[in-house]
Amino acid sequence: MAETLEFELVSPEKLLVSEAVGMVVVPGSEGDFGALPQHSPLLSTVRPGVISIYQQGKVSRRIFVAGGFAEVTEDRCTVLAEEAVPVEDITADMVDQRLQAAKDALQEADSPLDKAAAESRLRIAEALAAARD
Amino acid sequence: MPSLKDLRARISSVKNTRKITSAMKMVAASKLRRAQDAAEAARPYAVRMERMLGNLASSVHGQAGAPKLLSGTGRSDRHLIVVMTADRGLCGGFNTNVARNARLMVRELLAEGKDVKLLCVGRKGRDALKRDYGALILKTWEGVNRRGVAFASADEVAQHVLDQFTSDNFDVCTVIYNKFKSAISQEVTRQQLVPFPVPEVSGTPGSTGEQKALYEYEPSEEGILADLLPKNVAMQVFSSMLESDASEQGARMAAMDNATRNAGDMINKLTTQYNRARQANITKELIEIISGAEAV
Repeated sequence: MAETLEFELVSPEKLLVSEAVGMVVVPGSEGDFGALPQHSPLLSTVRPGVISIYQQGKVSRRIFVAGGFAEVTEDRCTVLAEEAVPVEDITADMVDQRLQAAKDALQEADSPLDKAAAESRLRIAEALAAARD
Repeated sequence: MPSLKDLRARISSVKNTRKITSAMKMVAASKLRRAQDAAEAARPYAVRMERMLGNLASSVHGQAGAPKLLSGTGRSDRHLIVVMTADRGLCGGFNTNVARNARLMVRELLAEGKDVKLLCVGRKGRDALKRDYGALILKTWEGVNRRGVAFASADEVAQHVLDQFTSDNFDVCTVIYNKFKSAISQEVTRQQLVPFPVPEVSGTPGSTGEQKALYEYEPSEEGILADLLPKNVAMQVFSSMLESDASEQGARMAAMDNATRNAGDMINKLTTQYNRARQANITKELIEIISGAEAV
């Protein structure tokens, strides 16, 4: 049995992470799931949250993603994310700014479409705030 | 016969032009490299998204509940065309080729009695189409590639397209852009965005085909697809923007290389002419002096 899993995190602009890992925990839209080697094939949407990468049983990296898709196969886990920030790079200013911007957008939204967009921005901002703690 | 002074002025002005064109060529060459790198960096995402979509689409395709972005509205009466050009000229046939292709497509569609609307990405495309089809242009975006192409700008365009689709304003959406073939050649390409042409998964042997049936879906196939399809539209727009940006720099580099060479030829020709005129002048003066001396 393979000991490691090929984990890839890609954004439209570049390939962010590509490494062999012990386990990754991905915030799926129906709940977090951990992907270990020999995981059964799975396609899932990802909600805004933190991806934790485990090496030798310990968390080696934590990366915030603003939603996307995950594909898991026996020896590979691929996450397509639109935005990804390492947790240690998140600053209080950034969080405040985005929270404020999202709240403003929600206030100004008049059509249901705008409102939904603003709400999802707020959710992302809130997840970002939670990731920092 | 231009005077010596005129010729000198011409030569120095052509020299200045050559300096500018050769600088522009250099700038385009370095931008081209960056644009190519960006296009390269975007490829993994596109490849993986296509793989996921291929899996999903082939399992949902043909079913009654398939999302409209995939199966279409069942008609093709109303077209939306996204015309992707540059904001600036001086890049050879880059903008004109796209504009000509777009004009051709609009004319064909209108002749078939279909409804056409245009979205322009890039100022030059709008300028070229404004005269004939100004009334059809819904919106124009400018400056998308001023500092490299950002996904956010592609997302904005895609969002607009999707909004139009959800409010049932068109049936088929096509992008016309310059596909990057090499630094000196581009190819005008029409790509259909909506409805999404289902990639042939069965045609590709290997892992994707075998694993297809085994996937678990969370939340559900339809749920993922409903999320993935709009993202895919954005991704398609993004990759055509990247292609177009790389093509633009390539086209500009080639055009400016030509211009630099032409300016060099022109300088040689003018210099020859200048020297001839100068020598003729000297000869004339000598003759005048000699004949003057003889007369005395």
